Amino acid sequence: MDICKMTALELGRRIRQRNLSVPEVVNAYLARIEAIEPAVNSFVTVDTERALERARKVQKGIDDGTYKSPLAGVPVAIKDNLCTTGMLTTCSSKILGNFRPAFSAEAVRNLEKAGAVILGKTNMDEFAMGSTTETSYYGATKNPWNLEHVPGGSSGGSCAAVAAEECPFALGSDTGGSIRQPSSFCGVVGIKPTYGTVSRYGLIAYGSSLDQVGPVAKNVSDCAAALEAIASHDEKDSTSIRREDYRFTEALVDDVKDMRIGIPKDYFGDGLDGEVKAHILNAVKALEEKGASVEEFDLELVQHAIPAYYVIASAEASSNLARFDGVKYGYRTEDYDGLHRMYKKTRSEGFGPEVKRRIMLGSFVLSSGYYDAYYLKALRTKALIKRAFDRAFERYDIIAAPAAPTTAPKLGESLSDPIRMYLGDIYTVSVNLAGLPGITVPVGQDKKGLPIGMQLIGDCFAEKKIIRAAYAFEQGKSWEAPEISGVLTQGVPGRDGISREGGR
Amino acid sequence: MAKQYETVIGLEVHVELATKTKIFCGCSTRFGGAPNTHTCPVCTGMPGSLPVLNKQVVEYAMAIGLAANCEITRICKFDRKNYFYPDNPQNYQISQLYLPIARNGYVEIGTGKTKKRVRIHEMHMEEDAGKLVHDEWDDTSIVDFNRSGVPLVEIVSEPDMRSAEEVLAYLEKLRMIIQYLGASDCKLQEGSMRADINLSVREAGSDKLGTRTEMKNLNSFKAIARAIEGERQRQIEILESGKEVIQETRRWDDNKEYSYAMRSKEDAQDYRYFPEPDLVPVVIDDAWIEKIKAEQPEFQDAKISRYREEFGLPEYDAQIITSSIHLAKLFERAAALCSKPKKVSNWLMVETLRLLKEHGMEPEEIRFSPENLAKLVELAETGTINSSVAKGVFEKMFAADMDPEAYVKEHGLKTVNDEGELNAVLEKVIADNPQAAADYRGGKEKALGALVGQTMKAMKGKADPGRVNQRLREMLS
Repeated sequence: MDICKMTALELGRRIRQRNLSVPEVVNAYLARIEAIEPAVNSFVTVDTERALERARKVQKGIDDGTYKSPLAGVPVAIKDNLCTTGMLTTCSSKILGNFRPAFSAEAVRNLEKAGAVILGKTNMDEFAMGSTTETSYYGATKNPWNLEHVPGGSSGGSCAAVAAEECPFALGSDTGGSIRQPSSFCGVVGIKPTYGTVSRYGLIAYGSSLDQVGPVAKNVSDCAAALEAIASHDEKDSTSIRREDYRFTEALVDDVKDMRIGIPKDYFGDGLDGEVKAHILNAVKALEEKGASVEEFDLELVQHAIPAYYVIASAEASSNLARFDGVKYGYRTEDYDGLHRMYKKTRSEGFGPEVKRRIMLGSFVLSSGYYDAYYLKALRTKALIKRAFDRAFERYDIIAAPAAPTTAPKLGESLSDPIRMYLGDIYTVSVNLAGLPGITVPVGQDKKGLPIGMQLIGDCFAEKKIIRAAYAFEQGKSWEAPEISGVLTQGVPGRDGISREGGR
Repeated sequence: MAKQYETVIGLEVHVELATKTKIFCGCSTRFGGAPNTHTCPVCTGMPGSLPVLNKQVVEYAMAIGLAANCEITRICKFDRKNYFYPDNPQNYQISQLYLPIARNGYVEIGTGKTKKRVRIHEMHMEEDAGKLVHDEWDDTSIVDFNRSGVPLVEIVSEPDMRSAEEVLAYLEKLRMIIQYLGASDCKLQEGSMRADINLSVREAGSDKLGTRTEMKNLNSFKAIARAIEGERQRQIEILESGKEVIQETRRWDDNKEYSYAMRSKEDAQDYRYFPEPDLVPVVIDDAWIEKIKAEQPEFQDAKISRYREEFGLPEYDAQIITSSIHLAKLFERAAALCSKPKKVSNWLMVETLRLLKEHGMEPEEIRFSPENLAKLVELAETGTINSSVAKGVFEKMFAADMDPEAYVKEHGLKTVNDEGELNAVLEKVIADNPQAAADYRGGKEKALGALVGQTMKAMKGKADPGRVNQRLREMLS
């Protein structure tokens, strides 16, 4: 019985049936992390002591009936931009290298209420800015399917950790594709919910109007169960929506009969890698064979989504990241003379180049004289994109699309050409601009053995439709973990300043 | 002949709202408290925290906007104003730029023929910043976030004022309206009302505005009047010497009666305003506006008419009493208790105003209760104490509120109505002052006063002077 191969729901079932104990499960994952981490680097922080203590407590809670949820006792990894009380929360940045929040994010609290056990905090692109998890101050995460490739990003640590079986499920965040794209690269399932479904309280903001927290897991069922656990109406988040229905697992039904699937032609054009295209169209065909109807259509404004996204996200980021100034918490430069030099030196030393690039871009588009030409125009584009989706959803239940133009690129290929990296977000950013839900489900591998994911997009509040389609597609396929080559023989990669908590 | 100049003034007035909790979190707004004790992750800008709008702030702002004849913005939004300063924990302030809650209003200042409208350009809601404490010894600065997130409204007038008198009248009017609404205590000294002055001068008759400066750090009406005069003179001198006024922000030093340049237009910050993505638009419908309208109190004009009709007060007295909600409330309550509105009004108009002026106090600093004022009126009106005793008791009451009945009893100040005792004293006084008695009998009316005085002295003030006067006349006739 290999605990780490199990799905989250299976672990939960066995724990509830007393077939497995929570400490036993947590220990198995901690051992797996210990073995895998030197190669993959999915985590910024692994809190062994706290996880074991919590495992004992949760076991007691299960025994006395406090915890009854399907995820009670199941270990989880949390993206490092979600606050965890007393546990380092760095956003993979030097500037928050010593930051321990005084409160936990609402999504994390919801998981804890369900009895999940936090193993640690996963690596990410610094402040979620990037598509490769290479901009982390704590070293790049590697793709478990091929350690020379990136896992995608920004939730690359969460997706790699699930793929490498370091945890059965994880939380990520998605501002422009940061759950869906790395899920595609790592061959896992990830959901970006409708904006307002999961509270943003305690999510360290990047682009506030686009950010959503979502789950990553080995299969659709686990993902739906995790979403059900974390979604809630939260009065602490004014943008949180009180939804009528949070029972996402009800959509785990193998039935797509008469489901109308739209294929946006512009998403399958020149920029898309041939192998990726073929696999996704095959997957769509499989759904068609199960009774869905499929039709191509023109989704307008596709080419405007990326500029609009980068203007809005960077503008909000330039303001959201202003609070990291060395005054109250986090990193402060050693030598300074006066307040303004302290600010400048702290921020120059504390932020990495991609973060600085976006802060500068965002400050520029908001500055007087440029606001109308850039920011306002981007907001108008955002509204138009939403309308284009509204029209599409009058005709289709869901939209099928790639999550990225290619499979995972090699480490180091992307950072030298940021524009190219930005363009890689073409299939994901529109969903955030329109506030829609999206799911990535694995549909195969390219010739190099790198995973390919299909993105299914739903109308606002239509998570159940995309979950149902993804579940129907997934039927008959079982989780297959990557062979992680040379885990024991490979040396420990450069781990610049990585923090480890508890007995390691 | 020297040129004539006209002063053009517009005001930006910040008012701290009297909500119990802060604008975006549940922390207390109470003044004082040990540093950083009224704080939470939201008002200290901790990562991951999010603002949630306090509805009472919107309602106070709507009430002020409606009272100042503004249009209420039906879909109003918050914006972020970005600037770095340690008292501002997020390094942006949540404020309103593009869709402020109220626009295009006015208030009337002056009375009768001199009535004038000062237009209000807009009013918006925003959060206050924390407080920096500089420790000179240690060469460090410490931040106290207790004030961070306290709700403010900023009321921006059009440049409609022409003199310090008009500015003060405008501020008094705003303060009165807001105090009537109970939306703020509007104390300039404590900073719950703050005014920045935009001032320019131009040649009389010109319709072009001159270059203006903005004056900050004005914390009393007197300082405002002095700053206006000082800045007017400074700008005229510049223009007279053929130079140009520079558009800049200046800081008034009321001790030196001089202002210093803080920053010019060139170094003016670009605040990079943009819509606050963490808050949803505030949608204000007719029903909500009607509810706020229905809750508006009786304002000054209505009160003046009522005081004249219902209580028969002279217009002037009604005007003075209603100019402060505190005086008006005191008056109404005391008048209701003793049913002698004119007498209550007299105590307020004469003795109260005199003592306030003597002590440099504002009406809201009055300590005595309406109950005790009503009792005092009763004591004086029933002749239980004479008027000079009443004045003395009132002064004690003004200094420290107390029950006048108990005080009179305790100090034995009741007017003596025992004719036997009075007669005995009178006989003694006449006997001891034969010259005065003879003078009065010889037709010197004034001599009676000396005898009355002697009698009152002998009775330790507890006699009724009218009665003493009457009895002396009878006895000396």
